[in-house]
Amino acid sequence: MATIQSPLPGTFYHKPDPDSAPFKSEGDAVAVGDTIGLVEVMKTFIEVKADAAGTFKAYVADNEAPVTAGEALAELSD
Amino acid sequence: MAIKRLLIANRGEIAVRIQRSAKALGIETVQVYSEADAPMLAVKQADQAVCIGPAKAADSYLNIDAVIAAARETGADAVHPGYGFLAERAAFARAVADAGMVFVGPSADTIERMGDKVAAREAAEAAGVPVVPGSKGRLETVDDAVRIASDIGYPVMIKAAAGGGGKGIRIASNEDELKTMAPQAQAEAAAAFGDGGLYLERAIRSPRHIEVQIMGDGSDAVHYFERECSLQRRRQKVWEEAGATCLDEETRQSLCASAVALAKSVGYRGAGTLEYLYDEAANAFYFIEMNTRIQVEHPVSEMITGTDLVAEMIKVCGGAKLSHAQEDITRTGHAIEVRLNAEDPFMQFMPWPGQVTGLQWPQGEGVRVDHFLYEGYQIPPFYDSLVAKVIVHGADRADAIAKLATALSATEIGGLKTTIPLHQALCADPTVQAGAVHTQWLEPWLDTGHLMPPQSQGAA
Repeated sequence: MATIQSPLPGTFYHKPDPDSAPFKSEGDAVAVGDTIGLVEVMKTFIEVKADAAGTFKAYVADNEAPVTAGEALAELSD
Repeated sequence: MAIKRLLIANRGEIAVRIQRSAKALGIETVQVYSEADAPMLAVKQADQAVCIGPAKAADSYLNIDAVIAAARETGADAVHPGYGFLAERAAFARAVADAGMVFVGPSADTIERMGDKVAAREAAEAAGVPVVPGSKGRLETVDDAVRIASDIGYPVMIKAAAGGGGKGIRIASNEDELKTMAPQAQAEAAAAFGDGGLYLERAIRSPRHIEVQIMGDGSDAVHYFERECSLQRRRQKVWEEAGATCLDEETRQSLCASAVALAKSVGYRGAGTLEYLYDEAANAFYFIEMNTRIQVEHPVSEMITGTDLVAEMIKVCGGAKLSHAQEDITRTGHAIEVRLNAEDPFMQFMPWPGQVTGLQWPQGEGVRVDHFLYEGYQIPPFYDSLVAKVIVHGADRADAIAKLATALSATEIGGLKTTIPLHQALCADPTVQAGAVHTQWLEPWLDTGHLMPPQSQGAA
């Protein structure tokens, strides 16, 4: 089981914009480098990319939740 | 009514700045803050502080009901909105007035009117302020466009009448280009907006950004001269000056007079800024918009005129007449402000909300720092990256740049990456020293590798 962590402190988003679907849903294949969410830090949006491959299990951090650097954002199952 | 207890509906450096003037006027301060901002300097320095909600600005600093409730609860008789957040929301100004308090700014009606581009342009034209020449309304045919373009002069910018956000904008240098581009723009506008109507405006290439600081008391208005803010990245000002040395005295006078005329014509109250594009080749200026608030770069105007603009806006909004007659406001020397943002200028300006481990500020005559830092302070990641402004006042522009370079080398903010290296490189740049910049200058300068980390300098 791999977790994807936040590279920066900020606000975490599951979706590219409020009207879109989340980047990933349970069961989706995840490749290294896939974007799984956004972290807004000081009005700048940074893409959060998977650093491991696997199958998407769930977001651990809520949509629009404040997160710290290194905090777990999502889990992959192998 | 003279204000006795002022609620500050903002955060960061401007909250600290407003408190300084309020205290100098003997006014009590109430500071609002979000859950993420409890440790901020403005909370520590205020007479009272009230938490108004979670970190997310939409639920705290942008929550009108929460701010009004905090003002009622603490018995505030006035609200200062600072800049950003609710500063230019007419609904907020109205809610403050409806609650029986003073809004430190213009009336809600004025905010509404000047915040609407079309209404602001009409108000400017009515007051005799030059605006960018353009078609009066929408154009339906290419023939109409060609006829109007010959009146306003090439190059012209072709915009979709229904559009926004820069979509479908084309620039035609002559009639042949216009005849080719106008039908394309029409088709694109029809596809994107369901409306093929076009609008034409003179395209001003490589303009300078010049703005005039005004102050009104509801009937009279004065100016505090102009600022030049042409050094911009992604439409954000990074370096601001007072005055604009590219202007001759006659142009300066007519520019500043035009700003006062517009302020008077709308019965303006409080501090405001009229922004203009300046076409240096034609020595012509054009009004683009008005900001109905105090601005980030107000200190440079304070430095050259020896005034306190924040105190003055609090006084006039509390019912006082203007403190200064126009002839009593004089300018001396040249001032520059640079914005220190918590960003890494060597990594595409990536935000860097770190913890402040050490602080060293520049000292000396004509040097000022507006900031909200202290040792140990953890910068929250939820808001703007501006953490400090270094402001210098010199005998002339060259002296101010030299003073700025010295001030920046004496500044140390431990634990953060900041834009100090950007400003040091700008101080050393011959084009900046010559003042030969415009709003499209900084980004290509950055893209062509003029800013390099110290260790790799000269390697390219």
